[in-house]
Amino acid sequence: MPEPIVPLAVSAFTASSALGHGLAAHSAALEQARSGLRANDFSSAPLACWIGRVDGVEQAALPPAFARWECRNNRLAWLGLNQDGFLDAVAAARTRYGKARIALLLGTSTASIGATEEAYRRLDPDGGLPDDMLRPPIHAPHSLAGFVAEALALEGPCLTVSTACSSSAKVFASAERLIRLGLADAAVVGGVDTLCDSVLFGFNALELVSRTPCRPFDRARDGISIGEAAGFALLERIDAAPAAPRLLGYGEASDAHHMSTPHPQGLGAELALRDALARAALEPAQVDYINLHGTASQKNDEVEAALIARVFPPSTRASSTKGFTGHTLGAAGIVEAAIALLALEHDLVPGNLGGTDPDPACGPQFAWRNEARPVRVALSNSFGFGGNNACLAFARGEAGA
Amino acid sequence: MSGVSVHVAGVGVWSPALADFAALRAALRGEATTPPAGRPPAAVLPAGERRRAPESVLLAAEVAGQAVAMSGFDAATLACVFASSHGDQAITDYMCATLATVPAELSPTRFHNSVHNAPAGYWTIATGCHAPSNAVCAQRASFGAGLLEAAALAVADGRAVLLVCADIAGSGPLAEVTGCTAPFASALVLTPEAAGSTLGRLDLHLCPGSIAGASAAAAVPPAWLEASPSAAALPLLALLAQGTGRCRLMAAASLGMDVHWEERA
Repeated sequence: MPEPIVPLAVSAFTASSALGHGLAAHSAALEQARSGLRANDFSSAPLACWIGRVDGVEQAALPPAFARWECRNNRLAWLGLNQDGFLDAVAAARTRYGKARIALLLGTSTASIGATEEAYRRLDPDGGLPDDMLRPPIHAPHSLAGFVAEALALEGPCLTVSTACSSSAKVFASAERLIRLGLADAAVVGGVDTLCDSVLFGFNALELVSRTPCRPFDRARDGISIGEAAGFALLERIDAAPAAPRLLGYGEASDAHHMSTPHPQGLGAELALRDALARAALEPAQVDYINLHGTASQKNDEVEAALIARVFPPSTRASSTKGFTGHTLGAAGIVEAAIALLALEHDLVPGNLGGTDPDPACGPQFAWRNEARPVRVALSNSFGFGGNNACLAFARGEAGA
Repeated sequence: MSGVSVHVAGVGVWSPALADFAALRAALRGEATTPPAGRPPAAVLPAGERRRAPESVLLAAEVAGQAVAMSGFDAATLACVFASSHGDQAITDYMCATLATVPAELSPTRFHNSVHNAPAGYWTIATGCHAPSNAVCAQRASFGAGLLEAAALAVADGRAVLLVCADIAGSGPLAEVTGCTAPFASALVLTPEAAGSTLGRLDLHLCPGSIAGASAAAAVPPAWLEASPSAAALPLLALLAQGTGRCRLMAAASLGMDVHWEERA
């Protein structure tokens, strides 16, 4: 088991999803148990399913200086960066540490592949990409981080993590290592994924998409609802922001089982969870809330419910919030980290929206409805294709600091 | 000065001109080498997986297998970082072409093979590896950024780490914007401390604001470097092949990284 880490301050964070732009919109939707899902009105050909679409992305053009980065994914990134004073927080950090001492680590599963899809829908008569799409950086998976590095004027280590649905959880781990080793003084972490035909028709081809709004951990669940989202967090050493919530630990592990199906006993998920608890120096009973991966796929929920039931006491509360946002894929890690941080801030355990008839595998830990109770320590699970598992641990900052 | 040091315990290389690290050594000495025949053999993968796996996976698994064999480590114990600037471009081309014409006919297998972490997934499944695995990219700086990520993981967690950086050639209309004309892949096994199989020590130092002087290894044909973003590893691979020296890599679009290689005495 790994040694405990020195916790880091999450000195700023933000999220934008189908629940709205910024944290206040998320808090309000969580408190009201209001889903952001809608009938699919996005794909380029009809597909009967529900999606978590962010309003206003079409209107949120990038500033002219960033025009070469134009695409839906970077628009959503820019929209997200402009919430909750995040740009100001990064500017202050840039002044404090210097632009080369802040790492930028972003997760995405498909980056701006939606732009490549569009280019293929309107190829030139000679079969080449249309002139307005001859912008190499947006046709690469580093498009998001390349754009955000330019938008935030950061020149430190810069990396895209693309491990499917665990991407924007794993960036917290990479950031902690860089800061611990003195390779950076702070890090902007996060992730963005946008709706595109690749994921809508791809998950549909795998028969993993529900025709109805997703029902995580429900006995009758029949698949996921795909969503889109942007989220970011600024990590610094604790002395820079003692009152801010903290990253206590993280865990990463591989299933070594199957490309698109989780390990039947949740082996990789449990290794990631125990790794996170060890780095955070926590016992299971100290965990107040777990934001589950809970995609509403048959297998994920069965395996994850069993994991929670065998590791945690009933006092640990657990729920999936995919019924609110949909499965935001490479952005799920950061959006659900933000929801876990909101749970700490508001002492609110969000209910497992969409689940009405609990799967028998679910233990007494499940919060089917909102619960107002003290939340001092919160975890967030993120599992991806290829058997890629991550778990994050957060806690409140220093009281009265 | 901001830096990190790791030891190299194994090296793998594959391109249409180079079957392995020994071939690179020979080529740099000016000797004639025999190009590999056909696709990367990827002998680590079980036969069934080898038939099903896309080219990006075969290429990554081939160099990973070479480096791990040289290191003497058990692959199941190694954390791994798989870097690639463009992922599987043949699948991206297939997906975009299919989505533009008959989206409902998209192949489920090609879709799950399209994830950037497909090589990491196939590798961990084939080797029974439950350690952390990562899939990363950084445009033209994917090798340097991946090396920094892998070295940081090795030192921070005190464990051996497999780094792979691989790109296949571009396909279809996409090839025009990726500029990848030939496959290239390399792999390193990195350890925090010197081990029995250690070849030498790498000292990495970040050089803010300075990507100028990213060195082209004098002995490497420029065409190799231009063919693939993953060939950005060549200046370092040439050092490993030729002995102690320095080179500069890109760790990010605007961040240089000086690399000092000290061959084991």
